[in-house]
Amino acid sequence: MTNLNKDTWSKKLKQRLRKNKVFHALFFISTSIGLIVLAMLLYRVLSQGMDTLSFDFVKNFPAPYPERAGIFAGLIGSLYLMGIVAVFSIVVGISTAIYLEEYAPKGKMTSFIQSNIQNLAGVPSVVFGLLGLTIFVYVMGFDYSLLSGGLTMSLLVLPIIVVAAQEAIRSVPKELREASAGMGATKWQTILRVILPAALPGMITGSILALSRAIGETAPLLVVGATAAIYTLPDSVFGSYTVMPIQIYSWISRPGDEWPLLAAAGIIVLLVVLLLMNAVAVYIRNKFQQRY
Amino acid sequence: MQKLKRFAVLFAMMFVVGVIAACGQTDGEDDETNAESDTTEQANESNSGDSGEAEAVTGTVKLAGSSTVFPIMEYATYEFTQENPEVNTPLESIGSGGGFERSTKGEIDFSNASRPIKDEEKAIAEENGIELIETVLAYDGLSVVVSQKNDFLEELTVEQLRDIFLAERENKKWSDIDSSWPDEEIVIYSPGHDSGTFDYFNEVILEEKPMREGEGVTLSEDDNLLVRGIQDDPYAIGYFGYAYYLENQDTLKALAIDGGDGPVAPNGDTIQDGSYSPLSRPLFTYINKASLEENKAVQAFTEFLFTGAAGAGAEQVGYVPLTEDEYQSQLKELQAIYQ
Repeated sequence: MTNLNKDTWSKKLKQRLRKNKVFHALFFISTSIGLIVLAMLLYRVLSQGMDTLSFDFVKNFPAPYPERAGIFAGLIGSLYLMGIVAVFSIVVGISTAIYLEEYAPKGKMTSFIQSNIQNLAGVPSVVFGLLGLTIFVYVMGFDYSLLSGGLTMSLLVLPIIVVAAQEAIRSVPKELREASAGMGATKWQTILRVILPAALPGMITGSILALSRAIGETAPLLVVGATAAIYTLPDSVFGSYTVMPIQIYSWISRPGDEWPLLAAAGIIVLLVVLLLMNAVAVYIRNKFQQRY
Repeated sequence: MQKLKRFAVLFAMMFVVGVIAACGQTDGEDDETNAESDTTEQANESNSGDSGEAEAVTGTVKLAGSSTVFPIMEYATYEFTQENPEVNTPLESIGSGGGFERSTKGEIDFSNASRPIKDEEKAIAEENGIELIETVLAYDGLSVVVSQKNDFLEELTVEQLRDIFLAERENKKWSDIDSSWPDEEIVIYSPGHDSGTFDYFNEVILEEKPMREGEGVTLSEDDNLLVRGIQDDPYAIGYFGYAYYLENQDTLKALAIDGGDGPVAPNGDTIQDGSYSPLSRPLFTYINKASLEENKAVQAFTEFLFTGAAGAGAEQVGYVPLTEDEYQSQLKELQAIYQ
């Protein structure tokens, strides 16, 4: 061991240890940036909005007076909208995923569809608004209604759900599939009794996360006619409606000191709904997930 | 398998509930429409009997357009629905242009605008056989403001405004325009291109020539952001609706503007009588003539609007109402259409 120069050796080691420390710190800082931003956001919103937030705020309709204005129309409108989006996009999205993963022949056509679905997920949301305006409002004649808004939002989140559902199906181990086929089950029987039960938690989790994105969107709904002030709840799927983000935006941009506080309170309500949805997603994942 | 069944049942339940709810609501709507036509008949009868108060107005009044006019209309629709809870008043805030896009197709009853209708929009309306009636709800004085900390500006001529805002004049520093002003960068805060406020400023001051952009210029649709930017910077300048100045008088200074007849500062009087020129502007709503003729709810709302609501709404947000007579004479002309 005489060849080994002790000085260079210990210098190199120190250098490597130092490098390790630098990267450790770098990654830690990167992680904290996200957390710090989130903490600042929460602090700002909570400190501004907590005083304004009250039971009245949740159950009141919008009003020209800050002390009487509330988010009820937006809250209920958002929930209705999510109902429509959930029914439509989850059914269509999961069906698409099953087709692509199980039935579609592996070939150029399928991979073409596949990559286009992924492209669709990156299309700016206002473009979906224009699409919805043309298809649902004009061609199908649904007018500027809750249904048009819901279907437009469904298109927006559909690609996300398809991709999530595909991932879930792919994560089902091959052996289960083969065992089922070996027992003489048809493809449909395999899908229904083996693949779906195993993949559903992942699908539902993905769907709920996709819905969480939809609940915060404003741009497409402005195009298909969400109102900024309305004093009634939608009486049917063809009624006029508003949603929380539009309500919040309308408050933020008004002159006067009280309005931004209302907006902050609105954001708290929106965040609570969002966290509830995410909590349901986590619950479903933990409760029904099986490890193979 | 168990789990799938649980999911299936859950899903089926969700679906069934959804469908039932939807059907129930459609039924409800049918009932309501029936009820509506009933009450309209009743209203007609009571109208002939000439008992103005007792009739319950039902129906829908659709409004959309400028975000500048939005607060006035929000006030009016809110107070109107307090008195007439059976009337639906969906009100959208989608910009003057967005409003005209709907109204020229006949999709809405009231098209709110912070600028007059353009010729090409008129042409579309004519093509679709839609007639729009222009009415004025209030005046807004577009205010050019600087920070209270600014000690060198009290007034500006229109020519100086052009020196500041026009790209082609290429003035970067205050001293470039007037040598007695400080040798500091001009910082500009302006509403974004989609806003009617920008359109108006662009038209009457800049005469449609491009405004400075890029370094030192902040564009935003959020007027409160413009206010915050200007407040603390003695070398910043910007413009927005009078209401935003009123709310922030303690930190902002509105400049007197010289349009040729000496400098005039914006306030209630100068905006209303038009002497705050050329930056005082009318706020419009365009009423669809066909719905004014046929829709009882539109008629009732129009009357409500021009007998106090527009003025009160304008005052509440910081715009300047018209005189009582001006509202009255507009209402008379409108009433002549359907009475």
